[in-house]
Amino acid sequence: MSLIDLANPTRFLALTARVLPWLAAATVILLTIGLYQSALAPDDYQQGATVKIMFIHVPNAWLSMFVWGVMSIASLGTLVWRHPLADVAAKAAAPIGASFTFLALLTGSLWGRPMWGTYWEWDARLTSVLILFLMYLGLMALWRAVDDPSRAARAAAVLTLVGAINLPIIKFSVDWWNTLHQPASVMRMGGSSLDKSFLIPLLLMAIAFTLLFVTLHLAAMRNEILRRRVRSLQMMQASRVAFSSAGSREGSASNEVGAA
Amino acid sequence: MTALSALIRRDIRIALRVGGGALIGVLFFLTVVVLMPFAVGPDLALLSRLGPAILWLGALLASLLTLDRLFMADHEDGSLDLITMSRTPLELACAAKALAHWLAAGLPLIVATPVLGLLLNLDMVATGAVALTLLAGTPALTFTGMIGAGLAVTLHRGGLLMAVLVLPLSIPVLIFGVAASQAAIVGPMTFGAPFSILCALSLVSLVVGPFAAAASLRHGLD
Repeated sequence: MSLIDLANPTRFLALTARVLPWLAAATVILLTIGLYQSALAPDDYQQGATVKIMFIHVPNAWLSMFVWGVMSIASLGTLVWRHPLADVAAKAAAPIGASFTFLALLTGSLWGRPMWGTYWEWDARLTSVLILFLMYLGLMALWRAVDDPSRAARAAAVLTLVGAINLPIIKFSVDWWNTLHQPASVMRMGGSSLDKSFLIPLLLMAIAFTLLFVTLHLAAMRNEILRRRVRSLQMMQASRVAFSSAGSREGSASNEVGAA
Repeated sequence: MTALSALIRRDIRIALRVGGGALIGVLFFLTVVVLMPFAVGPDLALLSRLGPAILWLGALLASLLTLDRLFMADHEDGSLDLITMSRTPLELACAAKALAHWLAAGLPLIVATPVLGLLLNLDMVATGAVALTLLAGTPALTFTGMIGAGLAVTLHRGGLLMAVLVLPLSIPVLIFGVAASQAAIVGPMTFGAPFSILCALSLVSLVVGPFAAAASLRHGLD
């Protein structure tokens, strides 16, 4: 089964209907294990118990960039291959990505208050993530502002690809600028600097959050396909009503002519 | 090449003549800068400290608001279709149009900066620094704003939506533009580092802007 086979929305709906329950169950199980493990993780010798915010904050932050990456690939699908489900995927991902980004900013500022003594600091990492959040919101506004979905899809695809320039800036901002936010510690040259007792729950949570995104994304794509079907049915109904009322008026007019 | 220079000359001529609206940008810039002392109070020391930021914000808004019509007028009279179908690559044509727009609407802003600097109590060095950073940074604003102009003409929407889409992209330019001018005036930082990043942003947008605008025109016009 290749990506092209999924171009048929009915086949996509049938496949996701079978896959979604399993995905949801796997997400719940992994999230439970991950949360349990993070609750059991030892306190940090400097940060105390607040280090546990990390297990929520870091997966959210990863996902905020990952979702934009998924949207960029979907945008390529819209512009290059004209895949019919690509714009559905891009549209469905935007609100989910915006939520992950918002949660990353929120948990980050809650963590920053006890650690840095401030909820917000205009440093490079925080500012670039905030720009990402604004771009998510702008993209959602674009989707809502244009009523023709395929026209909106192409415009949103161009904007998504331009916005993808922000991703490496976010990733490397902590290395390029000397910021308050700590530098990369999990994915870096020479192995992770994180202790195993923190690393394993963190990776579990990351996988669980990624599964959560996949589940939510597939469900949102199903909703979007169904919403489009309802819309086209409504438009067909409206045009039928308009057509039949126009036809009956013409019919009665011809009757009158005939009677005269 | 002759086609591109003809396009540039035509756009500049249209922009400078009656109904073109290139100089309205300067008037808007002046008005925004004059509004600021009413908002923060006529404290000259405070104004000279905020001066670079005010000038940059005014230039950003002025160049954003004039960009709205970059492709719109050509779309209305049909010449955009000719440009799209002509043998010149659309990316180059977009770059030429943006360059013409910058020459007609961006350069006057920089020329007006010293006069506005007087109003904000900036000294010679500060005014020169702001004008230099504007000279390096406004091309980036024009070329990223062109993406928004391309979207505006394909979606038949302008105004607030485009501002919401384009403004996040122009935040880095604003950050490094103001940082470079502050570094030249007061800052402990050297002028060179933020200024080179500003130039890099302009060069990157010089490449990305035409491609993105051409893509949105090509896929959006029908």
